Amino acid sequence: MAKAKLKQHHINRAWCKGCSICVEFCPRKVLELDKKDKVVSIRPTDCICCRLCELRCPDLAIEVESEKAKEESSELT
Amino acid sequence: MAIKDWIRERFFPHIWCPGCGHGMVLNALLHTFESLGISKNEIVMVSGIGCSSRISGYVDVHTLHTIHGRALAFATGVKMSRPDLNVIVPMGDGDALAIGGNHFIHSARRNININAIVMNNRVYGMTGGQYSPLSGYGTLATTAPFINIDHAFDISRLSMAAGATFVARTTTYHTKQMSELFKEAILHEGFSVVEVLTQCPTYFGRKNKAGNAVEMIKSFKNNTTQIGSKAKEQNPDLIERGIFLQKDLPEYSREYDKVIERAKTKKR
Ligand SMILES: Cc1ncc(C[n+]2csc(CCOP(=O)(O)OP(=O)(O)O)c2C)c(N)n1
Ligand code: SF4
Ligand code: SF4
Ligand code: SF4
Ligand SMILES: [Mg+2]
Repeated sequence: MAKAKLKQHHINRAWCKGCSICVEFCPRKVLELDKKDKVVSIRPTDCICCRLCELRCPDLAIEVESEKAKEESSELT
Repeated sequence: MAIKDWIRERFFPHIWCPGCGHGMVLNALLHTFESLGISKNEIVMVSGIGCSSRISGYVDVHTLHTIHGRALAFATGVKMSRPDLNVIVPMGDGDALAIGGNHFIHSARRNININAIVMNNRVYGMTGGQYSPLSGYGTLATTAPFINIDHAFDISRLSMAAGATFVARTTTYHTKQMSELFKEAILHEGFSVVEVLTQCPTYFGRKNKAGNAVEMIKSFKNNTTQIGSKAKEQNPDLIERGIFLQKDLPEYSREYDKVIERAKTKKR
């Protein structure tokens, strides 16, 4: 099985409340809060697609889209 | 389905404070639904009143928002009339074990196939930070400004003693374990209790100088351990996570079906 590669983070700025849970618990320090206390992906190339940010976000405001997930879904359709 | 297909997007962003653990419970529960491969029509969520109880309003399954402490009574009605449905009752610690304590122990005693989820933030969040039966000795609350002298329930031991047949505990830090425990609880035939240690940074956190949401979540990581671990032997103060009890006993709604059959076939 190929390792998942990040395509992009989908961040819903209207839902993000800037709690920084995703920022603190990201094992690769990929995320940060901007001046408006909304999360941004500042080191996307370091992302290992563990999805912990997505699973822990209390506001369902961040999603991880990976290349592999896309291949899989295109295989299914 | 995608996770977003399970929610009522029109109610988002939700009302919970930044970093509130209740949102993390919602997130984990949606992943459980996704992994179970069941349809929305097969799930009923019944809740009472509290920040925690608001969770039902956000999920796009059958939902019932009832009165404080009584969600299990309403859920019992649902389950008895439609035993084929999965009935899930998310509750706050106050909702479940203060005002609702009696419903809680008797639902457990009957072993009715309902999944109770206790979102334990050790405080009455919704009404402004009063202490609950889970706050524990030595904590501070708006109603215990000089110190709380009430001892806390141990939800797992209480549930087991009352007759629940599936009893587990986890925390908001352990989000994958949370989803897995919810799944096992839903698949279990009988009364199940999953306690989730969750953070209320706004009241419990602030009053008890427990830090912000991140620090509170870190404390769940540092102060808990898997049931039966070596760490527990070395540090008995650690709170255990995992499944405490899982056993088969006759389930209430099925037993009641048998009573109906007997009533039909036997002459008076
Ligand atoms: C019969 C009744 N008594 C009291 C209240 C006030 N009340 C609303 S929520 C609540 C407690 C909430 O605490 P908990 O169940 O722990 O939920 P949380 O808000 O902490 O998630 C109380 C006492 C009420 N709504 N109805
Ligand atoms: S965990 Fe969610 S709400 Fe909190 S900062 Fe990250 S994206 Fe925003
Ligand atoms: S998927 Fe993992 S590594 Fe990537 S940003 Fe999220 S938490 Fe960090
Ligand atoms: S008051 Fe506490 S429990 Fe209620 S939404 Fe805010 S953080 Fe969550
Ligand atoms: Mg509470």
